[in-house]
Amino acid sequence: MEEFVPIVLRSLAVSLAATGFAIAIGLPLAAALALGRWPGRPIVVVMVNALLGLPPVVVGLVLYLLLSRQGALGVLGWLFTPGAMVLAQTVLATPIVAALAHRAIEGRWRRYGPTMQAAGASRWRALPHLVRMAARGVATAVLAGFGRTVSEVGAVLVVGGNIAGFTRTMTTTITLETSKGNLDLALGIGLVLIGISVAVSATVLVLAGERR
Amino acid sequence: MRTYGNSASVVVLLAWLLLPFATARAESIVLASTTSLDNSGLLGRILPAFTAKTGIEVRVVAQGTGQALATAARGDADLVLVHDPEAEAAFMAAGHGKTRVEIAWNDFLFVGPQSDRTAIGGMTDAVAALRLVSEAGAIFVSRGDNSGTDALEKRLWRAAGIVPAGQPWYRDIGGGMGAALNMAAALDGVTLTDRGTWLSFANRRGLVELVHGDARLINRYRVIELDSVRHAGAKLGPAHVLAAWLAGAEGQAAIGAFVLGGEVLFHPGVREIPPGE
Repeated sequence: MEEFVPIVLRSLAVSLAATGFAIAIGLPLAAALALGRWPGRPIVVVMVNALLGLPPVVVGLVLYLLLSRQGALGVLGWLFTPGAMVLAQTVLATPIVAALAHRAIEGRWRRYGPTMQAAGASRWRALPHLVRMAARGVATAVLAGFGRTVSEVGAVLVVGGNIAGFTRTMTTTITLETSKGNLDLALGIGLVLIGISVAVSATVLVLAGERR
Repeated sequence: MRTYGNSASVVVLLAWLLLPFATARAESIVLASTTSLDNSGLLGRILPAFTAKTGIEVRVVAQGTGQALATAARGDADLVLVHDPEAEAAFMAAGHGKTRVEIAWNDFLFVGPQSDRTAIGGMTDAVAALRLVSEAGAIFVSRGDNSGTDALEKRLWRAAGIVPAGQPWYRDIGGGMGAALNMAAALDGVTLTDRGTWLSFANRRGLVELVHGDARLINRYRVIELDSVRHAGAKLGPAHVLAAWLAGAEGQAAIGAFVLGGEVLFHPGVREIPPGE
């Protein structure tokens, strides 16, 4: 097995980048779903929630076909690169962030919205306050998105190719070492992965709690 | 300030990830390789010397032969390294490949539980061994994944005049060589494996070598350079440099020098396969 630390860092970098994009897309979407009244909103709510169950390997396959040199996005040359992995994980994590943050913000809006509006705040003026009040719920949404990305193997294996030193992450290493019969090593990496998840969760929850 | 520090470390991490793009070496190629050459550790051992000499970085995507050829046919690989004569011939006939050169060989073998109630241990006739497995109704684990090993297994069953699919003892797992060996070890089953994966496999439990030595069990690895018309987008120049290195004195010596537990995993040997073979 190649150096272990770069694999851990690569896993973190890919997952954090994907989570960042998922936040950038998912949070505004969540706010629009929670506060907005626009045509088609109920359909989007159903879609976003349905996409929570998106099978990673199908996302991987669809992106593979798009990013392939013959595919619509083939000119990018992203197939078998970390960029493709970030894209795949962003697709997987965005619905999670959007759906969970939507519920958290909506809850606060139901409870405090009338008061805020009575005080003269418009919906959009109230938004920053609502997000702050819903910080823990939003943090859970972000963590759920991060959890999906850091633990996911089906999509990154297909679009990343598990190339040593380039697109090999913790989860693809676990798959590889299992296939080589190195079960103890695979399990050890799994434990490290769990440890990192715990550390990230603790950090984010502490930050969310402090803001309250 | 604390949030600041966190964001800063995230940025550093992302910058490190993206570094390969910014400072990409002059050239990198994608090699679609059969899993046995990569998982056994061979490519990881010999390719650094090639990269040091030529500056060409090789990104190995390890897949079963069927998938590796499909990847190349779609234009997503620059060079192919596989081991299924029939699938290779079809790939060449379809006009995807330009040249096809054998660069190494070893053999396939049947492995199974030490108890060996099929009594095939020590046999050299692979087809006769499969007949005994079928008669005994012993568990047989099949890759079922269109790989080179899978294709050979299916040819051997055909030669034996047996249709194993659907039999209760025939387990078609649709997985890689490692997955098949893990399952054979767990179920006391028989399976067909290439020697490279077998020698480097760490979870054998009760599995032992049962059948080897049949001429039909020879395992030949071929490097295929892609057709410049069909695959004009591929990096054919550096791909040719790698293909020539593998078939050249340096690459051949490196392949022959790869030893695990005192055994040579892949025997060097170069032969250009004529069109139509």
